[in-house]
Amino acid sequence: MKREIKGMLTGLGVTFRTMLKPTVTVQYPHEREDPPNRARGVIALKEENCTVCMLCARSCPDWCIYIEGHKEQRPPRREGGKPRSVSLLDRFDIDYALCMYCGICVEVCPFDALFWTPEYEYSEPRIAELLHDKNRLGEWMETVPEPEPLEQGAQVKGKK
Amino acid sequence: MTAIDIGWGTTTAIKTVVVLGIVPLTALLLGYIFLLKMMSHMQSRLGPMDPGGFHGWYQLIGDGIKFMQKEDIMPVKADRRVFALAPAIVVMSTFLVFVVIPAGPRMVVRDLDVGVFYALAVSSLSVIGVLMAGWASSNKYALMGGLRAAAQLIAYELPLVLAVVGVVIQAGTMSLQGIVAYQADGSIFGFGALGFPLIITQFVGFALFMVAAQAELTQPPFDMPVAESELVSGYMVEYTGFRFLFFFIGEFGTAFAFAALAATLFLGGWSLPGVTGTMADLLGPVVLLVKVLFVAFLMFWARFTYPRLREDQLQALAWKWLIPIALANIVVTGVLKVAL
Repeated sequence: MKREIKGMLTGLGVTFRTMLKPTVTVQYPHEREDPPNRARGVIALKEENCTVCMLCARSCPDWCIYIEGHKEQRPPRREGGKPRSVSLLDRFDIDYALCMYCGICVEVCPFDALFWTPEYEYSEPRIAELLHDKNRLGEWMETVPEPEPLEQGAQVKGKK
Repeated sequence: MTAIDIGWGTTTAIKTVVVLGIVPLTALLLGYIFLLKMMSHMQSRLGPMDPGGFHGWYQLIGDGIKFMQKEDIMPVKADRRVFALAPAIVVMSTFLVFVVIPAGPRMVVRDLDVGVFYALAVSSLSVIGVLMAGWASSNKYALMGGLRAAAQLIAYELPLVLAVVGVVIQAGTMSLQGIVAYQADGSIFGFGALGFPLIITQFVGFALFMVAAQAELTQPPFDMPVAESELVSGYMVEYTGFRFLFFFIGEFGTAFAFAALAATLFLGGWSLPGVTGTMADLLGPVVLLVKVLFVAFLMFWARFTYPRLREDQLQALAWKWLIPIALANIVVTGVLKVAL
């Protein structure tokens, strides 16, 4: 009985103290929450890194990435060499109405062409406008935060 | 100072309009301060902030206007007349309680000699409305809610009345004005600056009254009849629009009425020591409101803290604990009244 009464009083104390503490609410349209650097807001595309390898489009579980490209012949690097063929991006769309923000495309990209950015204000009145083309995706690159410094003792990956 | 005689009919009309205006206002006040704001802060959030500009004060008024625009839906198999009458009965019982609550020496609609008895009697009328609502909705959840409400309201009516008996014995009157006067004129061992709020001797009665009132209001932790998670609001489940608004006004208006009763019976009501005459008439409502808000704070504090009691625990609390304690309180009060 004593324990129960103590518990009930503790409960009243908890609600009373919570009432006097500042609230955790962020009044969104008036004040903006600062998402952490690694927040998965929207995916940015760095076009010059893309080689149209299609790995992202194929690994996407929602099939929300649309890629089209073509090849062009470029002059050889050295005198007398064979002309090089380069892949060029014609279309790179991500349909954010379908995307489930799993981030597999960012993980799988071998050439660092896709990045997460913490921006989240891109809702649209019409669902079709959630299809971001490569220009729109390129604009997101400005909002990509600097990668955080490695922890001490972390192994640096890749070539020295 | 002479009273201005404007005739019985006009006086009654004015009083009716005042009560009709004040009851929804009290419901809004309690709903806003406690349901929207205090509860939100107890849950570490802000509650409505935008409507009306300042801390969302307009939210409940807007809700009321919204309710009035809603379609009036009635189930096909509902007992139409009973269904329509039920919310009116619930809200009527709330209005009737306000008749005897004094807010000043002359600011009372009607000071009945049996005031306490009358207030508790009409406040329990709402159980009929609740039962009608549950029965007429032709919905099994509504019926279960209605029956639970009936069982609970009848069980807690007893400790509510018995808790007040101690006050009545000590004050020697059932008139609420008489009880206020008794508390205003009394003194604590010759120290008269505070009057003599009956909570000093009747603290057991006060605690019982608060618990029983909480159950009468079907507020958590005694919200078995409306249990939103299992009965989806019980007897109110089929009600929409204006009729639902009636239940809302009934709920919070009754909360205010019970808080006002507790403030009047145990905390001295409108009386402020040293204030008499016309000043008491002017200050009375403010003093009463402050006391009511304090009592209501205690009620809603418990409401937002505790989880729901199981039905058998709820009945056991009333019959095994509250009623015996209330009876013992009456015996002790009676013996001391005669002995001292």
